[in-house]
Amino acid sequence: MRTFFQLGFVRGLLGQVLGTLLGMGLVTGARAAFGYDPLWLAEPAWVIGGLLGTLGFMVGVGALTDWAKWAIGIDTPMHHGAPAGQPEWTRYFAVDLSHKVIGVQYTVWGIFVLLFGGFLATLFRVELMQPGMQYFTTDQYNTLISAHGIIMISAILLGVGGMINYLVPLMIGASDMAFPRLNAFGFWINVPASLLLITAMFVGGWDTGWTAYPPNSLRTALGGPLFFLGFYVIGISSIVGGLNLLVTVFTMRPASMSLFRMPIFVWAALGTSILQLLATQLVGLAMLMLIVERSLNMGFFTPVLNEAAKALNSPPGDPVLFQHLFWFYSHPAVYVFVLPGLGIISELLPVFARKPLFGYKWIALSSIGIAFLGFLVWAHHMFTSGMSNYLRLPFMYATLIIAVPTGVKFFSWLGTLWGGKLTYPTPMLFVLGAISVFLLGGLTGPPAATITTDLYLHDTYWVVGHFHQTFFGGFMFPFFAAMYYWFPKVTGRKYNEMLGKLHFWLMLSGFWVMSLGQIWAGLLGMRRRIADYDPALGVQNIQIAVTVAAYVIALAILIGLYNFIVSARSAEVAERNPWRSRSPEWQIPSPIPEHSFATPLAVVGEPYDYGLPGSVYVRMVPAGAGD
Amino acid sequence: MSGATAAQGEYRVALRNNRLGLWLFFLSESFLFAGLLVTRFYLWGNTRPELNQLNGLLVTVVLLLSSFTMNRAETALVQNDRKTFLNSLLITAALGLLFLAGVMVFEWGGHIRPSDGAYGAVLFGMTGMHALHVVSGIVFILIVWNNGRRGLYSSEQHWGVEACAIWWHYVDLVWVFFYPALYLMGQAIR
Repeated sequence: MRTFFQLGFVRGLLGQVLGTLLGMGLVTGARAAFGYDPLWLAEPAWVIGGLLGTLGFMVGVGALTDWAKWAIGIDTPMHHGAPAGQPEWTRYFAVDLSHKVIGVQYTVWGIFVLLFGGFLATLFRVELMQPGMQYFTTDQYNTLISAHGIIMISAILLGVGGMINYLVPLMIGASDMAFPRLNAFGFWINVPASLLLITAMFVGGWDTGWTAYPPNSLRTALGGPLFFLGFYVIGISSIVGGLNLLVTVFTMRPASMSLFRMPIFVWAALGTSILQLLATQLVGLAMLMLIVERSLNMGFFTPVLNEAAKALNSPPGDPVLFQHLFWFYSHPAVYVFVLPGLGIISELLPVFARKPLFGYKWIALSSIGIAFLGFLVWAHHMFTSGMSNYLRLPFMYATLIIAVPTGVKFFSWLGTLWGGKLTYPTPMLFVLGAISVFLLGGLTGPPAATITTDLYLHDTYWVVGHFHQTFFGGFMFPFFAAMYYWFPKVTGRKYNEMLGKLHFWLMLSGFWVMSLGQIWAGLLGMRRRIADYDPALGVQNIQIAVTVAAYVIALAILIGLYNFIVSARSAEVAERNPWRSRSPEWQIPSPIPEHSFATPLAVVGEPYDYGLPGSVYVRMVPAGAGD
Repeated sequence: MSGATAAQGEYRVALRNNRLGLWLFFLSESFLFAGLLVTRFYLWGNTRPELNQLNGLLVTVVLLLSSFTMNRAETALVQNDRKTFLNSLLITAALGLLFLAGVMVFEWGGHIRPSDGAYGAVLFGMTGMHALHVVSGIVFILIVWNNGRRGLYSSEQHWGVEACAIWWHYVDLVWVFFYPALYLMGQAIR
C-alpha cells in the first residue's frame, strides 16, 4: 500500500485533482469578491482549474522536481535504475530519465489511449447502421465523433513518441536523449492532457469535431474549452519532444556516423521533429485564442461588433483566420503522424528482402522534403471556406507536388523489394500491408486536393476514407510492424507468430472493407460528422459493412495486444538478433541493459548493405581503445 | 583522464546541447510570435487604433535599455566583477518591471478593452503574450541573481547566466517587431 502511494503516477493524479479544485476555487472566490455571480461551475473556473490541475499533476508526479532544485542551486546527478528500495516495475509508473523506460511509457499509454478512442468509434458506428436515431442523442453522437478524432490523434502522437524515444538513441549509438528530464516531462504532460480530453466528454461534451472551427466552437458546451486546453497541453509535449530529438540527432552521434550513414528511421524522425517543433506553436495559439475569446470576449474570430467596438471603428474578427492558424499545424501534423511510419517501412524492408535499401539518400531527403512542403499546403483544407480565390491554385499545386517525395519513397520500396530474397514473418506482413493501404490513401488524395473535384468531395465520407487510409497506412500498420519487430529486443522474448499473422490478416481485410465502404458512401453523398442519413441515399448496406469491418479491426487489435501481453510474460527467450539486422540496437543484448552500449560505437560501413559479403555497418570499439 | 578534466568535458558537452536546444526553442517561439503578427495584419490590415504614442515610445526605450544592462551583467561576470554583475541583473529586472507597468497600467488602462472587436483582441493578445514572456524573464533573472549571489557561477562556467541573458534579448527582439506593428504601421483610426 505504501508503495502504491509512492508511485509518481498516483501522486500525479492526486496533484491533478487538488490543482483543479484549487484553480476552480480561486476563480470562484475571485468572482465572488468582485461581485460576479459566484457560480462554482463557471467556464473560467474550469479553464483555470484545468490549467492548475495539469501543473498539479506535473508537480505531483515529480517531473518538475529537478528543475526546481536547479533554480535554488541544488545539483541533481543523473539517476539510473529504480528508486532506492523500490522494485523494478515501479520505474514505469514514475518519472524515470532513461529513454528506454520513457519509450515504453509512451507506447503503453498510447495504446491505452488508442483503445479508448477506438472504443468510441465502435459506439458511434452502431448508430450509423440504420437511418434515424436509435442509441444516442445528436449531441452525444457529436461528442463521440469529436472525441474519437482528438483522442486518436493524441494516441498517434504518443505512439510516434514511443517509437522515436526508444529507437533513435539506440540507432545512433547514444547513451540517452540530449535532455533526459525534458524527455520525461514531455511524456508525463500527456497524461493530464488525456484526462482533460476525457473529462471534456463528461461535462457537456462538444460538437465541433476535432477541428474546433469557430463560430460553432465559441458556442459549444463546456467540453469545448477543456478540449482546447487538452489539445494545447498535448502541443507542449510535441514541441519539447521535437526539440529534444533534433538536439539528440545533431550532437549525440558518434563522430564516425555522418548524416548519410544514419539508419533511415532517424531521418524520418528528423522530419517529424522539425514539424513538431515549429508548426505546433500555431495550433497552440489558435486554441489559446479560442479560450480567451470565450472567457474574455476577445473578438479574434467573431465577425459581429459590439457597440464599444463600433465606436472605435474597429475591424471585425474573422473565423477564416482560425482555419489558417489551425491548418498551418494540423496539415503538417499528418506528416508528423506518417513520416515515422514510412521510416519504419524503409527500415524494415531491406532486412526482410536481404538487399540494400534502394536510393538511401533520396529516401532520407524525401522525408525532409515532405516536412518542408508540409508547411506550404495548409489551405487545401479550405477550398470551400470562402478564402480569397487567388489562394486556391497555388495551394492545389503545392499539394500535388507532395506526391513527388512520397512517390520517391514508393519507388524506392519497390526497388528494394525487386529481386530480394523475401521472407514473410509478421513485421514484414505489416510493412507490406502498410504499403498497400498507404497507396490507397495516396490515390484518394489528389481528387480531394484538386479544387474542381474537392468542391464535391469536401466534407463527405470520401475525406473520412482518405485520412483513415493515410493514418492506417502511415501509422497503424507500421506501428504494429515496429511492435512485432522490436518486441524481442524490448522484452527479450518471442511473440506468437500464428497470432501475429491472424492479427494482420484480420486487420488488413477489415481495413480494406471499411475504407472502400467509406469512399463509396462518400461518392454517394454521405456527409461526414452527421449522425443520421436519408434512407433514399442508398448507403445503409455500406454503413453496415463499415461497422462490421470496424469491429473486425477492433478484434484484430485485441488479438495483437493479447499476444504481446502473454508473450512478454511467459514466451520463449528470443535470440539477440533474430532478424539478422545490421542496426546498432540488435548488436547488444535483449532486453537492453541499463547502459545500452558498454563501449562506444564506430561506424565502418553503409547501413543497408544487406547481402553484400563481408560488409559491416557498426563495430563496438573495444574498451580502452578509443576515448 | 583526471576527475577535473572529465567534469569539464561533461560541462562542454552539456553546454553544446543546451545552446542548440535554447536556439531551437527560440525558433519555435518565433512561430508563435509570427502567428500573432499574422493575426494583426490579417485583422487590422492597413489600419491601427489610436494608442498612447508617448507611452509606447517610453516602454520601448526602457526595454532596449534593459538589454544593455543585461549584456553589462554578463560581461561583468566574465571579467569577475561580481558587484556589477549582480547590480546589473537587478537593474535589468527593475527595467523589466517598469516596462510591464507601462504596458499593463497605462496601455491596458486606456480607452480600449479586450472585448472591443479586432482592435481590442489583437492589442491585448499581442501585448499579453509578450508580457507573459517578460514576466518569465524577470523570474529567470531573479533566480540567476539569487544563485549568483551565492557564488554558483564562475567566469568560465555560467550557462544559467548566458541562457537568462539571451532569453531576455530574445524577448526584447520580439518587442522590436511588435512595437511598430502595434504603434507605427498603418493609418490610425479614431
